[in-house]
Amino acid sequence: MNDLIQTNALSRRLKNKERISHPLVRILISAAVMIGLWQAVVVLFDMPSFILPSPADVFARLIERYAILLQHSWVTAQEILLGLLFGLTMGLLFALQMLLFKPVKHWLLPLLIASQAIPVFAIAPVLMLWLGYGIASKIVMAALIIFFPITICCYDGLRNTPVGYLDLVKTMGASKWQMLRHIQLPAALPALASGIRVAVVIAPIGAVAGEWVGSSAGLGYLMLQANARMMIDEMFAALFILSVLSIVLYFVADRLLKKLIPWEI
Amino acid sequence: MGQSTISSAAMRMSANRLAANNQAVGITISDGYLRYHDSDDAILTGLNIDMPSGAWTCILGRSGCGKSSLLRYLANLLDDKADWRGELSTQPQCDLKDHIAYMAQQDLLMPWLSVLDNVLLSTQFGTDSQPSAIDAQRAKAQGLLQQVGLADKSDYLPQRLSGGMRQRVALARTLMQDKPIVLMDEPFSALDAVTRYRLQNLAHRLLQDKTVVLITHDPQEAIRLAHRLYIMQGRPAFTESLSVPDSATPRDFDAECAQLQQTIMARLEHDYE
Repeated sequence: MNDLIQTNALSRRLKNKERISHPLVRILISAAVMIGLWQAVVVLFDMPSFILPSPADVFARLIERYAILLQHSWVTAQEILLGLLFGLTMGLLFALQMLLFKPVKHWLLPLLIASQAIPVFAIAPVLMLWLGYGIASKIVMAALIIFFPITICCYDGLRNTPVGYLDLVKTMGASKWQMLRHIQLPAALPALASGIRVAVVIAPIGAVAGEWVGSSAGLGYLMLQANARMMIDEMFAALFILSVLSIVLYFVADRLLKKLIPWEI
Repeated sequence: MGQSTISSAAMRMSANRLAANNQAVGITISDGYLRYHDSDDAILTGLNIDMPSGAWTCILGRSGCGKSSLLRYLANLLDDKADWRGELSTQPQCDLKDHIAYMAQQDLLMPWLSVLDNVLLSTQFGTDSQPSAIDAQRAKAQGLLQQVGLADKSDYLPQRLSGGMRQRVALARTLMQDKPIVLMDEPFSALDAVTRYRLQNLAHRLLQDKTVVLITHDPQEAIRLAHRLYIMQGRPAFTESLSVPDSATPRDFDAECAQLQQTIMARLEHDYE
Protein backbone atom coordinates (compact mmCIF):
# COMPACT_ATOMS: atom_id res chain seq x y z
CA MET A 1 0.00 0.00 0.00
CA ASN A 2 2.76 2.35 1.06
CA ASP A 3 4.80 1.39 -1.96
CA LEU A 4 1.87 2.15 -4.19
CA ILE A 5 1.53 5.64 -2.76
CA GLN A 6 5.21 6.23 -3.20
CA THR A 7 5.17 5.08 -6.80
CA ASN A 8 2.21 7.33 -7.46
CA ALA A 9 3.99 10.29 -5.93
CA LEU A 10 7.08 9.54 -7.96
CA SER A 11 5.23 9.30 -11.25
CA ARG A 12 3.39 12.51 -10.44
CA ARG A 13 6.66 14.26 -9.79
CA LEU A 14 8.05 13.03 -13.06
CA LYS A 15 4.96 14.20 -14.89
CA ASN A 16 5.25 17.62 -13.29
CA LYS A 17 8.81 17.88 -14.44
CA GLU A 18 7.96 16.91 -17.97
CA ARG A 19 4.98 19.18 -18.20
CA ILE A 20 5.49 21.92 -20.74
CA SER A 21 5.75 24.92 -18.53
CA HIS A 22 6.70 27.78 -20.79
CA PRO A 23 3.59 29.71 -21.87
CA LEU A 24 5.05 30.34 -25.32
CA VAL A 25 5.40 26.62 -25.97
CA ARG A 26 1.83 26.06 -24.86
CA ILE A 27 0.56 28.80 -27.17
CA LEU A 28 2.46 27.38 -30.12
CA ILE A 29 1.05 23.92 -29.48
CA SER A 30 -2.54 25.11 -29.14
CA ALA A 31 -2.10 27.25 -32.26
CA ALA A 32 -0.81 24.22 -34.17
CA VAL A 33 -3.79 22.17 -33.00
CA MET A 34 -6.20 24.92 -34.06
CA ILE A 35 -4.63 25.22 -37.49
CA GLY A 36 -4.73 21.45 -37.87
CA LEU A 37 -8.45 21.39 -37.03
CA TRP A 38 -9.07 24.26 -39.41
CA GLN A 39 -7.30 22.45 -42.22
CA ALA A 40 -9.26 19.28 -41.40
CA VAL A 41 -12.58 21.13 -41.59
CA VAL A 42 -11.64 22.65 -44.96
CA VAL A 43 -10.62 19.26 -46.39
CA LEU A 44 -13.37 17.15 -44.82
CA PHE A 45 -16.31 19.40 -45.68
CA ASP A 46 -14.78 20.59 -48.94
CA MET A 47 -15.21 24.26 -48.05
CA PRO A 48 -15.15 26.75 -50.92
CA SER A 49 -12.35 29.26 -50.34
CA PHE A 50 -14.75 32.26 -50.30
CA ILE A 51 -16.46 30.77 -47.23
CA LEU A 52 -13.51 29.33 -45.34
CA PRO A 53 -10.06 29.57 -46.92
CA SER A 54 -7.51 26.97 -45.91
CA PRO A 55 -4.66 27.96 -43.57
CA ALA A 56 -2.28 27.59 -46.49
CA ASP A 57 -4.26 30.13 -48.55
CA VAL A 58 -4.24 32.58 -45.67
CA PHE A 59 -0.53 32.08 -45.13
CA ALA A 60 0.15 32.67 -48.81
CA ARG A 61 -1.88 35.88 -48.67
CA LEU A 62 0.03 36.95 -45.55
CA ILE A 63 3.32 36.66 -47.44
CA GLU A 64 2.04 38.19 -50.65
CA ARG A 65 0.50 41.29 -49.05
CA TYR A 66 2.74 41.69 -46.05
CA ALA A 67 3.70 45.29 -46.83
CA ILE A 68 0.08 46.45 -46.90
CA LEU A 69 -0.84 44.35 -43.89
CA LEU A 70 2.10 45.71 -41.92
CA GLN A 71 1.22 49.27 -42.77
CA HIS A 72 -2.36 48.85 -41.56
CA SER A 73 -1.29 46.87 -38.51
CA TRP A 74 0.91 49.78 -37.47
CA VAL A 75 -2.09 52.12 -37.60
CA THR A 76 -4.18 49.78 -35.45
CA ALA A 77 -1.32 49.21 -33.02
CA GLN A 78 -0.93 52.96 -32.59
CA GLU A 79 -4.65 53.32 -31.93
CA ILE A 80 -4.56 50.57 -29.31
CA LEU A 81 -1.45 51.85 -27.51
CA LEU A 82 -2.50 55.48 -27.46
CA GLY A 83 -6.01 54.44 -26.42
CA LEU A 84 -4.51 52.44 -23.55
CA LEU A 85 -2.37 55.36 -22.46
CA PHE A 86 -5.25 57.81 -22.65
CA GLY A 87 -7.78 55.50 -20.96
CA LEU A 88 -5.31 54.58 -18.24
CA THR A 89 -4.54 58.20 -17.41
CA MET A 90 -8.20 59.15 -17.36
CA GLY A 91 -9.13 56.13 -15.24
CA LEU A 92 -6.38 56.88 -12.73
CA LEU A 93 -7.34 60.53 -12.45
CA PHE A 94 -11.01 59.64 -12.04
CA ALA A 95 -10.26 57.07 -9.34
CA LEU A 96 -8.07 59.56 -7.47
CA GLN A 97 -10.76 62.21 -7.65
CA MET A 98 -13.37 59.83 -6.32
CA LEU A 99 -11.07 58.89 -3.45
CA LEU A 100 -10.01 62.40 -2.49
CA PHE A 101 -13.31 64.23 -2.89
CA LYS A 102 -16.15 62.17 -1.48
CA PRO A 103 -18.97 64.38 -2.90
CA VAL A 104 -17.43 64.13 -6.37
CA LYS A 105 -17.77 60.38 -6.13
CA HIS A 106 -21.51 60.56 -5.46
CA TRP A 107 -21.95 62.62 -8.63
CA LEU A 108 -19.47 60.78 -10.82
CA LEU A 109 -20.27 57.18 -10.08
CA PRO A 110 -23.79 57.15 -11.60
CA LEU A 111 -22.42 59.02 -14.58
CA LEU A 112 -19.68 56.48 -14.95
CA ILE A 113 -22.09 53.56 -14.83
CA ALA A 114 -24.42 55.26 -17.30
CA SER A 115 -21.50 55.82 -19.65
CA GLN A 116 -20.84 52.10 -19.50
CA ALA A 117 -24.49 51.21 -20.13
CA ILE A 118 -24.33 52.87 -23.55
CA PRO A 119 -22.53 50.46 -25.89
CA VAL A 120 -19.39 51.97 -27.37
CA PHE A 121 -20.60 50.84 -30.79
CA ALA A 122 -23.66 53.05 -30.44
CA ILE A 123 -21.63 56.21 -29.90
CA ALA A 124 -19.06 55.32 -32.54
CA PRO A 125 -20.89 57.15 -35.36
CA VAL A 126 -21.07 60.29 -33.22
CA LEU A 127 -17.36 60.05 -32.49
CA MET A 128 -16.65 59.72 -36.23
CA LEU A 129 -18.75 62.81 -36.81
CA TRP A 130 -16.90 64.85 -34.19
CA LEU A 131 -13.37 63.54 -34.49
CA GLY A 132 -13.23 62.50 -38.13
CA TYR A 133 -12.21 59.33 -39.88
CA GLY A 134 -8.62 59.49 -38.69
CA ILE A 135 -6.85 57.92 -35.77
CA ALA A 136 -8.28 60.24 -33.08
CA SER A 137 -11.78 58.74 -33.02
CA LYS A 138 -10.37 55.20 -32.64
CA ILE A 139 -8.10 56.25 -29.81
CA VAL A 140 -11.09 57.70 -28.02
CA MET A 141 -13.06 54.48 -28.70
CA ALA A 142 -10.31 52.31 -27.22
CA ALA A 143 -9.90 54.69 -24.27
CA LEU A 144 -13.66 54.71 -23.61
CA ILE A 145 -13.94 50.95 -23.58
CA ILE A 146 -11.12 50.50 -21.04
CA PHE A 147 -11.94 53.55 -18.95
CA PHE A 148 -14.54 51.82 -16.77
CA PRO A 149 -12.58 48.71 -15.71
CA ILE A 150 -9.49 50.82 -15.03
CA THR A 151 -11.37 53.34 -12.93
CA ILE A 152 -13.22 50.73 -10.89
CA CYS A 153 -10.14 48.55 -10.28
CA CYS A 154 -8.00 51.52 -9.33
CA TYR A 155 -10.66 53.00 -7.08
CA ASP A 156 -11.22 49.68 -5.34
CA GLY A 157 -7.48 49.30 -4.85
CA LEU A 158 -7.13 52.77 -3.40
CA ARG A 159 -10.12 52.36 -1.14
CA ASN A 160 -9.16 48.97 0.23
CA THR A 161 -5.77 49.82 1.68
CA PRO A 162 -5.39 47.61 4.77
CA VAL A 163 -6.50 49.71 7.75
CA GLY A 164 -3.45 48.57 9.71
CA TYR A 165 -1.08 50.21 7.19
CA LEU A 166 -2.89 53.51 7.51
CA ASP A 167 -3.04 53.33 11.31
CA LEU A 168 0.67 52.58 11.48
CA VAL A 169 1.74 55.54 9.37
CA LYS A 170 -0.76 57.78 11.16
CA THR A 171 1.09 57.06 14.40
CA MET A 172 4.28 57.95 12.53
CA GLY A 173 2.79 61.36 11.79
CA ALA A 174 2.10 60.96 8.07
CA SER A 175 0.03 63.66 6.42
CA LYS A 176 -2.91 62.82 4.16
CA TRP A 177 -0.81 63.45 1.07
CA GLN A 178 2.11 61.38 2.36
CA MET A 179 -0.29 58.53 3.11
CA LEU A 180 -1.60 58.65 -0.44
CA ARG A 181 1.84 58.87 -2.00
CA HIS A 182 3.68 56.32 0.16
CA ILE A 183 0.96 53.86 1.17
CA GLN A 184 -2.34 54.05 -0.70
CA LEU A 185 -0.96 54.34 -4.23
CA PRO A 186 1.58 51.50 -4.00
CA ALA A 187 -0.95 49.35 -2.13
CA ALA A 188 -3.40 49.88 -5.02
CA LEU A 189 -0.95 48.73 -7.69
CA PRO A 190 -1.91 45.03 -7.72
CA ALA A 191 -5.59 45.97 -8.19
CA LEU A 192 -4.62 48.42 -10.91
CA ALA A 193 -2.59 45.67 -12.56
CA SER A 194 -5.64 43.44 -12.91
CA GLY A 195 -7.46 46.42 -14.42
CA ILE A 196 -4.63 46.85 -16.92
CA ARG A 197 -4.75 43.17 -17.85
CA VAL A 198 -8.44 43.47 -18.68
CA ALA A 199 -7.85 46.74 -20.50
CA VAL A 200 -5.11 45.31 -22.69
CA VAL A 201 -7.45 42.58 -23.88
CA ILE A 202 -10.45 44.78 -24.65
CA ALA A 203 -8.71 47.89 -26.00
CA PRO A 204 -8.26 46.26 -29.47
CA ILE A 205 -12.03 45.69 -29.59
CA GLY A 206 -12.61 49.43 -29.24
CA ALA A 207 -10.04 50.32 -31.86
CA VAL A 208 -11.24 47.80 -34.47
CA ALA A 209 -14.91 48.57 -33.85
CA GLY A 210 -14.05 52.20 -34.48
CA GLU A 211 -12.38 51.25 -37.75
CA TRP A 212 -15.44 49.31 -38.86
CA VAL A 213 -17.73 52.27 -38.34
CA GLY A 214 -15.62 54.56 -40.45
CA SER A 215 -11.94 54.79 -41.24
CA SER A 216 -9.34 55.13 -43.95
CA ALA A 217 -6.69 52.84 -42.51
CA GLY A 218 -6.14 50.04 -40.00
CA LEU A 219 -6.77 46.31 -39.82
CA GLY A 220 -10.52 46.82 -39.36
CA TYR A 221 -10.59 48.95 -42.50
CA LEU A 222 -8.63 46.30 -44.39
CA MET A 223 -11.04 43.60 -43.25
CA LEU A 224 -14.05 45.61 -44.40
CA GLN A 225 -12.45 46.21 -47.81
CA ALA A 226 -11.46 42.57 -48.20
CA ASN A 227 -14.91 41.40 -47.17
CA ALA A 228 -16.58 43.65 -49.73
CA ARG A 229 -14.35 42.23 -52.45
CA MET A 230 -14.88 38.64 -51.27
CA MET A 231 -11.16 38.33 -50.48
CA ILE A 232 -11.86 36.15 -47.49
CA ASP A 233 -8.27 34.93 -47.24
CA GLU A 234 -7.08 38.50 -46.81
CA MET A 235 -9.72 39.06 -44.16
CA PHE A 236 -8.45 36.03 -42.31
CA ALA A 237 -4.89 37.26 -42.69
CA ALA A 238 -5.87 40.57 -41.07
CA LEU A 239 -7.73 38.69 -38.34
CA PHE A 240 -4.69 36.55 -37.72
CA ILE A 241 -2.45 39.58 -37.29
CA LEU A 242 -4.98 41.17 -34.98
CA SER A 243 -5.05 38.14 -32.70
CA VAL A 244 -1.26 37.90 -32.66
CA LEU A 245 -1.12 41.60 -31.82
CA SER A 246 -3.56 41.16 -28.91
CA ILE A 247 -1.81 38.08 -27.54
CA VAL A 248 1.64 39.68 -27.72
CA LEU A 249 0.29 42.82 -26.10
CA TYR A 250 -1.22 40.80 -23.25
CA PHE A 251 1.92 38.82 -22.57
CA VAL A 252 4.18 41.86 -22.72
CA ALA A 253 1.88 43.69 -20.32
CA ASP A 254 1.68 40.68 -18.04
CA ARG A 255 5.45 40.29 -17.95
CA LEU A 256 5.97 43.96 -17.35
CA LEU A 257 3.45 44.07 -14.52
CA LYS A 258 4.94 41.01 -12.85
CA LYS A 259 8.35 42.65 -13.01
CA LEU A 260 7.17 46.01 -11.72
CA ILE A 261 4.94 44.57 -8.97
CA PRO A 262 6.85 41.54 -7.70
CA TRP A 263 4.90 41.42 -4.44
CA GLU A 264 1.58 40.87 -6.22
CA ILE A 265 -0.10 37.63 -5.21
CA MET B 1 35.54 83.74 20.82
CA GLY B 2 32.02 85.17 21.16
CA GLN B 3 30.98 83.16 18.18
CA SER B 4 32.17 79.93 19.68
CA THR B 5 30.20 80.62 22.86
CA ILE B 6 27.08 81.11 20.79
CA SER B 7 27.61 77.96 18.82
CA SER B 8 28.33 75.89 21.90
CA ALA B 9 25.19 77.31 23.49
CA ALA B 10 23.24 76.35 20.40
CA MET B 11 24.74 72.90 20.55
CA ARG B 12 23.77 72.54 24.16
CA MET B 13 20.25 73.65 23.32
CA SER B 14 19.86 71.13 20.56
CA ALA B 15 21.33 68.47 22.82
CA ASN B 16 18.73 69.39 25.41
CA ARG B 17 15.97 69.06 22.87
CA LEU B 18 17.33 65.69 21.88
CA ALA B 19 17.37 64.64 25.50
CA ALA B 20 13.78 65.79 25.89
CA ASN B 21 12.81 63.67 22.94
CA ASN B 22 14.53 60.58 24.25
CA GLN B 23 13.67 61.12 27.86
CA ALA B 24 11.58 58.39 29.41
CA VAL B 25 7.92 59.33 29.71
CA GLY B 26 5.40 57.84 32.09
CA ILE B 27 1.63 57.83 31.67
CA THR B 28 -1.05 57.94 34.33
CA ILE B 29 -4.71 57.35 33.67
CA SER B 30 -7.23 57.98 36.37
CA ASP B 31 -10.94 57.30 36.10
CA GLY B 32 -10.72 56.86 32.34
CA TYR B 33 -13.86 56.31 30.29
CA LEU B 34 -14.11 55.50 26.58
CA ARG B 35 -17.19 55.27 24.38
CA TYR B 36 -17.35 54.88 20.60
CA HIS B 37 -19.48 57.49 18.85
CA ASP B 38 -21.58 54.85 17.13
CA SER B 39 -22.42 53.02 20.35
CA ASP B 40 -24.62 53.89 23.33
CA ASP B 41 -22.61 51.91 25.82
CA ALA B 42 -19.18 52.73 27.12
CA ILE B 43 -16.48 50.22 26.31
CA LEU B 44 -14.11 51.21 29.10
CA THR B 45 -14.91 52.77 32.42
CA GLY B 46 -13.22 53.30 35.75
CA LEU B 47 -9.75 52.89 34.33
CA ASN B 48 -6.91 53.50 36.71
CA ILE B 49 -3.60 52.64 35.19
CA ASP B 50 -0.14 53.78 36.08
CA MET B 51 2.49 53.22 33.42
CA PRO B 52 5.79 54.24 34.99
CA SER B 53 8.58 55.45 32.73
CA GLY B 54 11.13 52.92 31.62
CA ALA B 55 9.02 49.94 32.70
CA TRP B 56 6.82 47.34 31.04
CA THR B 57 3.14 47.67 31.80
CA CYS B 58 1.10 44.67 30.68
CA ILE B 59 -2.64 44.80 30.27
CA LEU B 60 -4.36 41.42 30.16
CA GLY B 61 -7.89 40.66 29.11
CA ARG B 62 -10.03 38.39 26.99
CA SER B 63 -10.43 39.18 23.29
CA GLY B 64 -12.81 42.01 22.63
CA CYS B 65 -12.71 43.40 26.17
CA GLY B 66 -11.51 46.79 24.97
CA LYS B 67 -7.81 46.57 25.70
CA SER B 68 -6.94 47.30 22.07
CA SER B 69 -9.27 50.29 22.15
CA LEU B 70 -7.31 51.71 25.06
CA LEU B 71 -4.06 51.29 23.17
CA ARG B 72 -5.52 52.80 20.02
CA TYR B 73 -6.71 55.74 22.05
CA LEU B 74 -3.22 56.24 23.44
CA ALA B 75 -1.86 56.01 19.88
CA ASN B 76 -4.19 58.85 18.88
CA LEU B 77 -6.09 56.65 16.43
CA LEU B 78 -9.52 57.12 17.98
CA ASP B 79 -9.69 60.88 18.14
CA ASP B 80 -12.60 61.24 15.76
CA LYS B 81 -14.24 57.93 16.60
CA ALA B 82 -14.61 57.90 20.36
CA ASP B 83 -15.34 59.95 23.46
CA TRP B 84 -12.78 60.05 26.20
CA ARG B 85 -13.37 61.25 29.73
CA GLY B 86 -11.08 61.12 32.71
CA GLU B 87 -7.58 62.23 33.33
CA LEU B 88 -4.64 61.27 31.19
CA SER B 89 -1.37 62.78 32.24
CA THR B 90 2.22 62.25 31.26
CA GLN B 91 5.35 62.76 33.31
CA PRO B 92 7.01 64.96 32.20
CA GLN B 93 4.17 66.93 30.64
CA CYS B 94 4.21 66.44 26.86
CA ASP B 95 2.05 65.81 23.83
CA LEU B 96 1.56 62.06 23.85
CA LYS B 97 1.18 61.59 20.11
CA ASP B 98 4.68 62.87 19.40
CA HIS B 99 6.26 60.36 21.75
CA ILE B 100 4.79 57.02 20.83
CA ALA B 101 5.68 54.20 18.49
CA TYR B 102 3.04 51.59 17.71
CA MET B 103 3.51 47.91 17.07
CA ALA B 104 0.53 45.79 16.09
CA GLN B 105 -0.33 42.11 16.02
CA GLN B 106 0.28 42.02 12.28
CA ASP B 107 3.79 43.02 11.29
CA LEU B 108 2.34 45.59 8.84
CA LEU B 109 5.41 45.49 6.63
CA MET B 110 4.73 47.17 3.30
CA PRO B 111 5.04 44.37 0.73
CA TRP B 112 6.51 46.71 -1.90
CA LEU B 113 9.36 47.95 0.28
CA SER B 114 12.55 46.05 1.00
CA VAL B 115 13.28 45.07 4.57
CA LEU B 116 15.62 48.06 4.94
CA ASP B 117 13.10 50.50 3.48
CA ASN B 118 10.45 49.12 5.81
CA VAL B 119 12.68 49.90 8.76
CA LEU B 120 13.19 53.38 7.28
CA LEU B 121 9.45 53.93 6.79
CA SER B 122 9.00 56.47 9.58
CA THR B 123 11.71 58.70 8.10
CA GLN B 124 9.42 59.37 5.12
CA PHE B 125 6.94 61.18 7.30
CA GLY B 126 6.81 64.11 9.62
CA THR B 127 8.21 67.54 9.03
CA ASP B 128 11.68 67.20 10.47
CA SER B 129 13.10 64.88 7.80
CA GLN B 130 16.31 66.30 6.41
CA PRO B 131 17.58 64.94 3.13
CA SER B 132 21.19 65.31 4.32
CA ALA B 133 20.62 62.77 7.06
CA ILE B 134 19.64 59.94 4.70
CA ASP B 135 22.99 58.17 4.90
CA ALA B 136 23.04 58.35 8.67
CA GLN B 137 19.49 57.02 8.80
CA ARG B 138 20.34 54.13 6.49
CA ALA B 139 23.33 53.26 8.63
CA LYS B 140 21.17 53.39 11.75
CA ALA B 141 18.53 51.16 10.14
CA GLN B 142 21.19 48.70 9.05
CA GLY B 143 22.53 48.67 12.61
CA LEU B 144 19.06 47.92 13.98
CA LEU B 145 18.65 45.08 11.50
CA GLN B 146 21.92 43.73 12.79
CA GLN B 147 20.56 43.87 16.32
CA VAL B 148 17.49 41.84 15.39
CA GLY B 149 19.72 39.42 13.47
CA LEU B 150 18.56 40.24 9.95
CA ALA B 151 21.44 42.31 8.58
CA ASP B 152 21.90 39.94 5.64
CA LYS B 153 18.23 40.17 4.66
CA SER B 154 18.03 43.94 4.20
CA ASP B 155 17.43 43.74 0.44
CA TYR B 156 14.71 41.10 0.65
CA LEU B 157 11.07 41.82 0.08
CA PRO B 158 9.06 40.95 3.22
CA GLN B 159 7.25 38.08 1.47
CA ARG B 160 10.48 36.07 1.58
CA LEU B 161 10.65 36.18 5.38
CA SER B 162 9.02 33.92 7.96
CA GLY B 163 6.49 35.25 10.45
CA GLY B 164 9.07 35.56 13.20
CA MET B 165 11.54 37.38 10.96
CA ARG B 166 8.83 39.77 9.80
CA GLN B 167 7.93 40.63 13.37
CA ARG B 168 11.64 41.25 14.06
CA VAL B 169 11.72 43.69 11.17
CA ALA B 170 8.66 45.35 12.69
CA LEU B 171 10.58 45.60 15.96
CA ALA B 172 13.50 47.23 14.17
CA ARG B 173 11.09 49.65 12.49
CA THR B 174 9.65 50.53 15.90
CA LEU B 175 13.13 51.11 17.32
CA MET B 176 13.99 53.29 14.33
CA GLN B 177 11.32 55.74 15.45
CA ASP B 178 13.23 56.14 18.69
CA LYS B 179 10.23 57.19 20.77
CA PRO B 180 10.21 56.97 24.56
CA ILE B 181 6.87 55.12 24.64
CA VAL B 182 6.23 51.89 22.74
CA LEU B 183 2.64 50.69 22.45
CA MET B 184 2.41 47.00 21.64
CA ASP B 185 -0.84 45.36 20.63
CA GLU B 186 -0.31 41.60 21.00
CA PRO B 187 2.76 41.72 18.75
CA PHE B 188 3.83 38.16 19.57
CA SER B 189 0.47 36.42 19.55
CA ALA B 190 0.60 35.13 15.96
CA LEU B 191 3.92 33.33 16.47
CA ASP B 192 4.69 29.79 17.53
CA ALA B 193 5.73 29.23 21.15
CA VAL B 194 9.51 29.14 20.71
CA THR B 195 9.65 32.03 18.25
CA ARG B 196 7.47 34.01 20.64
CA TYR B 197 9.76 33.23 23.55
CA ARG B 198 12.84 34.38 21.62
CA LEU B 199 11.14 37.50 20.37
CA GLN B 200 10.02 38.40 23.88
CA ASN B 201 13.63 38.16 25.03
CA LEU B 202 14.82 40.23 22.09
CA ALA B 203 12.19 42.92 22.63
CA HIS B 204 12.96 42.98 26.32
CA ARG B 205 16.64 43.55 25.60
CA LEU B 206 16.16 46.20 22.92
CA LEU B 207 13.37 48.13 24.65
CA GLN B 208 15.17 48.35 27.98
CA ASP B 209 14.99 52.12 28.47
CA LYS B 210 11.53 52.57 26.96
CA THR B 211 8.13 52.85 28.54
CA VAL B 212 6.36 49.83 27.12
CA VAL B 213 2.63 49.24 27.18
CA LEU B 214 1.95 45.65 26.16
CA ILE B 215 -1.57 44.42 25.45
CA THR B 216 -1.90 40.68 25.59
CA HIS B 217 -4.32 37.85 26.20
CA ASP B 218 -1.54 35.44 27.15
CA PRO B 219 -1.05 35.31 30.96
CA GLN B 220 2.38 33.69 30.64
CA GLU B 221 3.62 36.48 28.42
CA ALA B 222 2.37 39.08 30.88
CA ILE B 223 3.92 37.26 33.83
CA ARG B 224 7.28 36.95 32.06
CA LEU B 225 7.58 40.57 31.07
CA ALA B 226 5.49 42.82 33.30
CA HIS B 227 6.76 45.30 35.84
CA ARG B 228 3.16 46.39 36.26
CA LEU B 229 0.29 44.06 35.54
CA TYR B 230 -3.36 44.99 35.01
CA ILE B 231 -6.33 42.78 34.28
CA MET B 232 -9.14 44.23 32.26
CA GLN B 233 -12.54 42.63 32.78
CA GLY B 234 -16.26 43.26 32.87
CA ARG B 235 -18.53 45.02 30.46
CA PRO B 236 -17.83 47.94 30.21
CA ALA B 237 -14.30 46.98 31.16
CA PHE B 238 -12.45 48.24 34.20
CA THR B 239 -8.93 47.51 35.32
CA GLU B 240 -7.57 45.80 38.37
CA SER B 241 -3.93 45.92 39.38
CA LEU B 242 -2.17 42.68 40.29
CA SER B 243 1.17 42.51 42.01
CA VAL B 244 3.95 40.75 40.16
CA PRO B 245 6.98 38.87 41.54
CA ASP B 246 9.98 41.00 42.44
CA SER B 247 12.38 39.05 40.23
CA ALA B 248 13.95 40.62 37.15
CA THR B 249 12.26 40.31 33.76
CA PRO B 250 12.11 38.28 31.57
CA ARG B 251 11.18 35.93 34.40
CA ASP B 252 11.81 32.23 34.53
CA PHE B 253 8.66 30.44 35.47
CA ASP B 254 8.74 29.53 39.17
CA ALA B 255 6.14 28.66 41.78
CA GLU B 256 5.31 32.29 42.38
CA CYS B 257 4.65 32.80 38.68
CA ALA B 258 2.47 29.70 38.57
CA GLN B 259 0.51 31.03 41.52
CA LEU B 260 0.02 34.35 39.73
CA GLN B 261 -1.08 32.58 36.58
CA GLN B 262 -3.68 30.66 38.60
CA THR B 263 -5.00 33.92 40.03
CA ILE B 264 -5.20 35.46 36.56
CA MET B 265 -6.96 32.42 35.14
CA ALA B 266 -9.54 32.51 37.91
CA ARG B 267 -10.30 36.19 37.20
CA LEU B 268 -10.46 35.76 33.45
CA GLU B 269 -12.56 32.63 33.64
CA HIS B 270 -15.06 34.59 35.65
CA ASP B 271 -15.15 37.20 32.89
CA TYR B 272 -16.15 34.72 30.19
CA GLU B 273 -19.42 33.89 31.91
